[in-house]
Amino acid sequence: MRHQIRVEVNGKSHEREVEARQLLVHFLRDELRLTGTNVGCETSLCGACTVWMDGKAVKSCTQLAVQADGCSVTTIEGMKQGDTFHPVQEAFWECHGLQCGYCTPGMIMAAGALLKENPSPSEAEIRQSLKGNLCRCTGYQNIVKAIAHAAQGGAQ
Amino acid sequence: MKRFEGLEKLTGRTLFIDDLPLENCLWGATVRSPAARGTIRQVRVPNHLEGSGLVLVDHRDLPGPNVVSLITDDWPILAAETVRHRYEPVMLVAAESRAAARRAAAQIEVVVDPLPAALDFRQTPTAEQIQVGDDNVLKQLKIERGEVDEALAAAPIVVEGEYETGAQEHVYLEPQGMAAWLDGEVVVVHGSLQCPYYVESALTRALDLPAERVRVIQAATGGGFGGKEDFPSIVAIHAALLAIKAQRPIKLIYDRGEDMAATTKRHPAWIRHRTGLSEEGQILAHDIEVVLDGGAYVTLSPVVLSRGMIHAAGPYACDHVRIRGRAMMTNSVPFGAFRGFGAPQTLFAIERHMDVIAKQIGVDPVKLRRLNLLTDGQATATGQVIDDGTDRQQVLSRALDLSRFTYKRSQHTAFNAEHAYLRRGIGLACFFHGAGFTGSGERAMKSLLHVAGLADGRVEVLSASTEIGQGTTTIFTQIAADQLRLDPEQILIAQPDTWRVPDNGPTVASRTTMVVGRLIERACDNLRERVGLDAAATGTELQAALVAWHEEHPDEELLGSARYQQPPGIEWDDETYRGDAYSAYGWATYVAEVEVDLRTYTARVIDFVAVQEIGKVLNETLARGQIQGGVVQGIGWALLEECRWQEGGMANHQLTNYIIPTSDDVPSIRVAFLENPYPHGGQGAKGIGELPLDGPAPAIFNAVAAATGVDPRVLPLVPERLMELIEQ
Repeated sequence: MRHQIRVEVNGKSHEREVEARQLLVHFLRDELRLTGTNVGCETSLCGACTVWMDGKAVKSCTQLAVQADGCSVTTIEGMKQGDTFHPVQEAFWECHGLQCGYCTPGMIMAAGALLKENPSPSEAEIRQSLKGNLCRCTGYQNIVKAIAHAAQGGAQ
Repeated sequence: MKRFEGLEKLTGRTLFIDDLPLENCLWGATVRSPAARGTIRQVRVPNHLEGSGLVLVDHRDLPGPNVVSLITDDWPILAAETVRHRYEPVMLVAAESRAAARRAAAQIEVVVDPLPAALDFRQTPTAEQIQVGDDNVLKQLKIERGEVDEALAAAPIVVEGEYETGAQEHVYLEPQGMAAWLDGEVVVVHGSLQCPYYVESALTRALDLPAERVRVIQAATGGGFGGKEDFPSIVAIHAALLAIKAQRPIKLIYDRGEDMAATTKRHPAWIRHRTGLSEEGQILAHDIEVVLDGGAYVTLSPVVLSRGMIHAAGPYACDHVRIRGRAMMTNSVPFGAFRGFGAPQTLFAIERHMDVIAKQIGVDPVKLRRLNLLTDGQATATGQVIDDGTDRQQVLSRALDLSRFTYKRSQHTAFNAEHAYLRRGIGLACFFHGAGFTGSGERAMKSLLHVAGLADGRVEVLSASTEIGQGTTTIFTQIAADQLRLDPEQILIAQPDTWRVPDNGPTVASRTTMVVGRLIERACDNLRERVGLDAAATGTELQAALVAWHEEHPDEELLGSARYQQPPGIEWDDETYRGDAYSAYGWATYVAEVEVDLRTYTARVIDFVAVQEIGKVLNETLARGQIQGGVVQGIGWALLEECRWQEGGMANHQLTNYIIPTSDDVPSIRVAFLENPYPHGGQGAKGIGELPLDGPAPAIFNAVAAATGVDPRVLPLVPERLMELIEQ
């Protein structure tokens, strides 16, 4: 069964007919060719596919594309505004918050959502809030440091 | 210096293999064995799939021999008559979409007449379980020095202990994946991998093609940890076979469940120690037995066993040492390369055993280690005389200071006496890790590396070493820029592509910065000589000379080259396993502080100190990142990560029930370096990639023992296991 949906992605409106069962992550990657959002586990555990839906962080491997109908979605590709990096991207660069980079887009989206809700989180709050995003390379230390750094820089 | 490849990764522009746009491509999927062992009676392809445009490949489609080239020719590319483990690949399908390929694969049934499977590597196989030789032993080795039996018989104290470690899944965040297509007569394979030339040699053999008709290109790779050393050869051959049969490009990307079920993992191990000691605790004799679960095929087990055994006696002096080891064939997934490569298993055993000894003979665990740590002039188990000038006592002291070890211990005694259900403890591990290939490996490899002087004055490093997250690109840029006195912006690092870069060996064994980094320095020197300059030349002079050279030699290539040269004085005998096993070692002491909750039987690491001497630290940010990441993988291996087996298959092959550490499970890792530049390593560096996997598990186990009084010896220490120990 196919459905007509209208989704705003990174500020641009898209109208598509999609299968009812199509996952949001496949819609973003396969239909819109926004491949910055990665698939790491397909079971909502690793968080590599984290995007914002109406400003809230969601795991796009466990959302259907039809659920995004009428919503505004932001992916990693939408974080940089012109030549200006999002403060969380800046901070990940500054604090070496990545190694292989596969978890990074999801981490940045999760971190950005955290800072919107809690602009100055403690280390414990950062660690707690990142529980849904796995990284196998860094040991998380520089990721946590980067988010604290972004918070100090007044990320919105 | 900041890392160089970061910006693309921060903005989502990096193209991992699944992201690569590939016109007109088909999607591959793999049909696997449902049984641990048996004879394939039939592969049932439903009627509706036949003639539906589906592409099917089985072992009969292989132009070359049905084996993946590693050490022994026993690992089939696609099972033919028999299967030796669950999830063994039997057939490949390709369809118009990823979903259609997976659906088709799920409908194809492999019918297996089961045979008795060997599932426990610790047990002697029964006659009907024998599948390799007359005992299922894949590899057997022995290291012997001195008069062990006499020394043990004469020792006033003998302490025995048995230790066990479980399998560990790599969980690189990006699952395995390859794309393959035909470019005229050439088979091109592009994908997630650590070692382009391993994949190339596997492909040329399987496809029966000369090297000039095979091209392997590394894509951005989302982590490896050893898991993309051996296994990508299989994925690459599968993708290529489908592309050849379909005459269309193929993408073969595993999902997480398939990746965890079907790919190699860290070898489970069983290790027994018998240690002869003086009354004061001086080690007089070691008798050590190491048994690894090799899984269904040999893969890299002989070298994992060898590295494990060489590290089995720890960083301690002892004149009478016997280490016997074997890797057993079992009907489970083949075990393979994983960061540490056998050393984490044996170092866990010796370092837990040191605390067991300390407790049994009533000596302080720190004192026991101080008494036995190697000093310059003393020899390791293989008879390698250590003479590198590193103060190993100082490494230990620094870790004790940073962790406030003695103070914490007394504080814990008071805390534990008062708290209703929390118990705290602190533990340490002293260890070492040999960098580079074992024994004659580097010499046999004969690594070759080029740097190209370009017409615009820039310099390009042509190397097969891969960036898999650890920072190869940055380190290589830094080394070349420093050596040639150029700005880092003037250095390019070539994408590893077997048509463009020479074979300077695989990206494994903590060898990239130390061994390949040194080749870059030498190739840079060679480039400078080729344009008539000496080492005093400035970067500006060099660039002007490169431009001038190209003006005189239009359309020619200007290469500086270097081939591996063994550092002087290195002797190794493969027959007797005697000599200099590694040209350099990293030395470390790690301290873990844990808190055990007696209500939930969970142990949690609340502080961690990692002190190591690794030669010169070339880039402190990257080096710290390697240590922190490795320690957290080690914490996972020690406390959380358990592969549960069902008929030789991993039952919990999902991240829902195979638990790796989250940010909330680990503390900040406090890292300190001692530097003793190694003259034969790139800019004085020794390897560090694997070292941090060795120390966490024994330090944590020793801390749990200190906290609770129990004697844990089997890893991972999941709550169920800790509950049993505490309730006993």
